[in-house]
Formats: sequence, structure tokens, C-alpha cells
Amino acid sequence: MSVLDFMWTRRSEVLLLTLEHLEIVGIAILIAIAIGLPLGILMTRSPRMSRPILAFANIVQTVPSLALFGFLIPLPFIGGIGTRTAIVALVLYSLLPIIRNTFTGISGVDPAIREAGRAMGMTDSQLLWKVEIPLALGVIFAGIRVATVIAVGVATIAAAVGAGGLGMFIFRGVSMVDSRLILAGAIPAAALALIADFGLGAIQKRFSKLLCLLCLVSVAATLSACSRTDRIVVGSKNFTEQVILGELLAQQIEGTTNLRVDRKLNLGGTLICHQALVAGQIDTYVEYTGTALTAVLKEPPSNDSARVYDTVRGAYKNQFGIEWTEPLGFNNTFAIIVRKADAQALKLKTISDAAPQTAHWTAGFGYEFIEREDGYAGLAKTYGLRFPSPPRVMDLGITYKAAAEKQVDFIAGNSTDGLIDGLGLVVLEDDKHYFPPYDAVPLVRDAVVAKHPEVRQALKDLAGKISEDQMRRLNYAVDGEHKDVKEVVREFLKGN
Amino acid sequence: MAPIVEFRNAGYAINGRMLVEDVCFQVESGETIVLLGRSGSGKTTTLRLINRLLEPTSGGVLVEGKETMDWDPIRLRRRIGYVIQEIGLFPHFTVARNVALVPSLESWPEEKVEMRVNDVLGLVGLEPAQFAARFPRELSGGQRQRVGVARALAADPSILLLDEPFGALDPITRSEIQKEFRALQKRLGKTMVFVTHDVREAFILGDRIGLMKDGRLLALVPAADFQKLDHPEAKAFAESYA
Repeated sequence: MSVLDFMWTRRSEVLLLTLEHLEIVGIAILIAIAIGLPLGILMTRSPRMSRPILAFANIVQTVPSLALFGFLIPLPFIGGIGTRTAIVALVLYSLLPIIRNTFTGISGVDPAIREAGRAMGMTDSQLLWKVEIPLALGVIFAGIRVATVIAVGVATIAAAVGAGGLGMFIFRGVSMVDSRLILAGAIPAAALALIADFGLGAIQKRFSKLLCLLCLVSVAATLSACSRTDRIVVGSKNFTEQVILGELLAQQIEGTTNLRVDRKLNLGGTLICHQALVAGQIDTYVEYTGTALTAVLKEPPSNDSARVYDTVRGAYKNQFGIEWTEPLGFNNTFAIIVRKADAQALKLKTISDAAPQTAHWTAGFGYEFIEREDGYAGLAKTYGLRFPSPPRVMDLGITYKAAAEKQVDFIAGNSTDGLIDGLGLVVLEDDKHYFPPYDAVPLVRDAVVAKHPEVRQALKDLAGKISEDQMRRLNYAVDGEHKDVKEVVREFLKGN
Repeated sequence: MAPIVEFRNAGYAINGRMLVEDVCFQVESGETIVLLGRSGSGKTTTLRLINRLLEPTSGGVLVEGKETMDWDPIRLRRRIGYVIQEIGLFPHFTVARNVALVPSLESWPEEKVEMRVNDVLGLVGLEPAQFAARFPRELSGGQRQRVGVARALAADPSILLLDEPFGALDPITRSEIQKEFRALQKRLGKTMVFVTHDVREAFILGDRIGLMKDGRLLALVPAADFQKLDHPEAKAFAESYA
């Protein structure tokens, strides 16, 4: 199936995400104009202000977008998970070209014209509105065009904080190793950028009327977005299993209660989901006991599954007001994965078998595995791994492909990953029991349970419903067979 | 009758440097004074003190008997026409809108503005039907300068300040426009202060000629007496005329 066929079969989703993308960018650009234009004008009126203003805009521009989203999430009012954070970040990115072009455009007006205006008895504001801004409009507009094109690009990253938009396809595609999904996000985004650039160029002449129209459309879109009330927000991390589990929670709640559900899937790593849940930006997501113990609570890993569950359950209740419901039934522990061909040739069954080989291998890990207490450092110590060069760090979804294509030889995945078989990879046994248990459990905020007890019941009904084998098959249906997540989950729930 | 413009020991300094120092003179209603001097002699600065584009740092400048500092600068400027060498027409305005600038700012009724625009365009020798709707970029240098003069005259100011208005024109156009301007001067009877470094222009247009050097007004004499001046600077200018 070609990319275009694929996009055609998903056309309603493509359209929806494109509109979401446009909405985020449109609102952000309008706000950036509302802030940047006066700042640029202020700079022409008070040269002393120009240095700090430009310095601020320049610094913001150099912060990597993902880092900027990271900074914004914990902030009150402007931060958090979702569209608002994305808009704040996009506004910050869009400011520099708008401020700078407003300043250069107005400063570039022929001094003789300004002198003549003053000498004819124009007041400063008459000079500004009748002469300087009209003459600088072309340059100012060019700045707005640049800002819009940048914003269309940066907005794809906004999906990482749950703002939706075309980045959803891209992130999902990366985590599922599906280039069609990546392109289904990237192609419309590129097209949007081009259309925005040409379109803005074309309306430059009829600037005011169309800007008003754009304002109205954006305002209407914002209002309709705000009118959503009382919904359960389901989150997930950014890999296939989490997206499936998020969809599972969503469909379970939709199917067994009268509540409506907002999906904020593909939110990035554990900490983003955790912060979002604590902040009430999302209401529920599936967490793994071992992850919560080490990555969130910063306690030493333990091998006792029941004790870990009790520990995290108690700690979350007290510290965060979050409830651990019943385990779903499978343990998604870390799995050390190598190519099946290597395992057969070298007769490798366990990680201990593989340890001597590491001297001439390259390892590739996701960001989390490098950082975590129960991640790479402890693993290397326990098994005496000696890679000649430091592990290559990349997105989790990419490590599989990198291993299959012999870019790296030794990766850390998840035991339930459906891609393992499909890509000719094999899991090595954790013979020294280094990895703690990672039982999957839906979390829900106490505040939500108090208001909607039926949500807890809906989640409890999923207890023990998914074995490791089933989870791997669900993952493979999405990763390997490229089936639609919603469809896969719907069939699974029907079968139960 | 009181002088319409009066300099009382006026000076202007910027960052401690005196651009104009201790200037004293009076301009009578209806006369044309030409301030003659080399580049940097302070003549443009002197001119700009009159409509308060610059504010005197010492002494004072009076317009119609009132210190410029006591005038509302916007009101003051709208009563004084101003023409500069670079002209400074607004490129996004038509000729008509450029000329109508001050009357529009003063919220004259529309028909009155239109009539006035046609009148002053006629005064400076531009056929309104032909030129009113054009943009400045569609005009020659001489035509643009005529529009600049028309704009300065539009609100019928009693004082006109001109800063080397014809300096950028080719010699033939300049000579034509100077003659026309001389005729216009006589017809309108406005008070004018005219800045130039061209002694020939000073003789054609000036009732009196003020000689400036290094920020000071060396002499202010009737045009006919200029060549009798004994000052070396005056002689240098007189020689350049011969």
C-alpha cells in the first residue's frame, strides 16, 4: 500500500490532525503578532529597550523545541500537557522573526519621509500608523510568513506534549517503525508550510480583510475547543504498547460508562505522563510497577512483584493522590535483544552468554534506559558488559530497526514487543534476574474516582485480562501487520 | 509690525558641541530671507529651530511673537510649510493625498481639501487631472519637487521654510523652477526662510541674505548689498558667483 493510499484510507484522521495543526499554528501566530508587533514598535521608539528584547527573542529561538516543551510542562497557567503548552512554545518561537522584521521594517523607512511627516505636523502615532507601518508592512509580513513556516514545523513536535496535530502520526510512526505513518504526518505538514507561505504571500495585498477572517476562524476554533466539558482524559507514553493500552482504557471507559474520553496518547516518556497525571492534565494511563518504583519514587529495584505493587500503591496514594487499580495481567520487563542470526551462530541463550561478545559489539538504547536506576549502568555491572564505545542513544522505536539493519548489535527493548519476531530478533534470558518486575497497571487520579466512581470499576474490569502472549500479539498486530490501533483494540475487547 | 520670526541669541548644542551659536535676526512678514553658507555652517539647524524640529538649548526663537517652546509643536508645524531637498513624499500616497496631508490632518471637509489640492497643484504648474492620481515614483525629479512645494502650501501657511529644495535638480530644471518660484513668491506674499549654498539662487530668491559660518550668522543684509560685504567668507561666495 503506497503512502498516498494509506493516507486516503485514513483521510478523516489526516484531515482532523491537519485541522488541529492549523488551529495550534493559527492561534500561536495571532498571539505572536499581538505581542511581537508592539514589541518591535517599542524598540523603534526606545532604542534602549531593543537590546534586551532582541536578546530574549534570540535566546528563546536557540532553545531546542523539545527542551522548551520540557521547561513549560511543570509551569502553572501556561504549562502542562496539551494545546496550551504547545501554543505558548510556538508563540515564543514565532516572536523573533516578527519582532525583528517589525523593527527593521520601521527603521528602514527613509529618514527624509519621517522628517517630512514630522515637519508637516504629524503626531508620533499618526506617523506610525499612516506612514511607518504601511511602508514597513512588506517586511513585517515577511517576518510573519517566516514565523508561520517555522511554527508549522515546530508544531509537529507539539504532539509530544499531547497537543495533537500532525506530529501524532510522526511520533506514532517512529515508535512503530512505520515509515508510512511518518510520511502521513510529514507530507501534510510540509504541504501546510508551503501553502501557508504562498497563501500569506498572496493575501499580503489584501492583508487586513483576510487577517480578520483568519482571526475569526481561530477564535471560533478555540471556542469550540474550550466548550468540551467533563471528559476523562486518557494518556499514554510514546510507544506502541502504551498507545494500545491507552486506546484500551479509552474504549473501556467509553464502552462501560456514559463519560466521553479525550485521548492524549503518545505523550513522551514516563516523567511527562507522571507529571501530567499529577497535574491533572490527564486522568488515567497505564504504568508499570517497576518503572514507578525506580524512575518516579527513586527507590532501589526489587525482584518481588507483589511487594513492588504494594510499595508503589501506598506511595502514590500518599504522595500524589493517585490510585493503582488492578494489574492487567502481564509483565513488560526490559528485554535484552540481539539478532537471531547472531544468537544462533554464537549459541547465545542468556545475557551471561552474550557478555563476552560485547567487546566487539555496539549497543543502542532509548533515552530512558540510559538514565534509569534499573537501566544500563546496573546491567553492565551485573553482567560485566564491556562495549568498546559508549552505547548509541536513540528513540526507543528506532533501536529495533537499527538492530535489524546491523547499525547496532545489542539493544534493550520490552519483553512484549511484537516487532521482535518480525524483525528477526530474539530475547536473551535475564539469567541473573537483574530486571525488576514491570506489571502493567492502570493508574487513575483519586479526584476522578471521587467524581466518577464508574471509571474505577471500568478499569478494574480489565484486571488480569491481558497475558504477555496476548500483549505481544496486540503489539504485533499494530507494529508488524500495520493494523489500526483502534481496530485492534476493538477486536480485542470484543473477544473478551 | 512685530516680526513674524525672531531669533534671540538662539543656540543649539548636541552632546556639548555647538551647532548654532548666538543667532539673532528678525524676519518681517512677507519677506524672503536666504540663509547662505557652506555645508555644516548651521543653516539647516537654524531652519529646524523655527518649526521646533529642534529645540534651542540657549536663547529663544519666537514665531508670531511666541516662543516656540510655548507653542504646541504639532500646531506650530501645521502652520509652517516645510520643503526639503529629499522632498520626503510618502511613496504609498498618491500626489493628491501627499498634497492633502496637512488639510486632512486638520480634518478639512473633503470637497474643500479636493479644491485646495487642485489649486496648489495648479500653482506649482502641475495639471491636477494629469497628476493627482499618480504615485511619486511615476514623477520626474522636478515634478516631485513641485509636489513637495504644493504640499507645503496646501494648508495656506503664512510661513514657508525651504531647505535647499532645488539642490538635487539638474541645472536647467533648477533654473526654470527657481524662476517660477520667484513668480510664485510675488503672487503669494508668504514669509519665507530659504536655505541654500548656491549664491546664484540666493540672489534670485532672497530679499535679504544671511551669511552663516561655523554656526554663527556673520551678516544679514539686503541682497543688493551682499557683494559689498567685507568678510572673507562673503567675498568667497561673491567670487563663486562671478
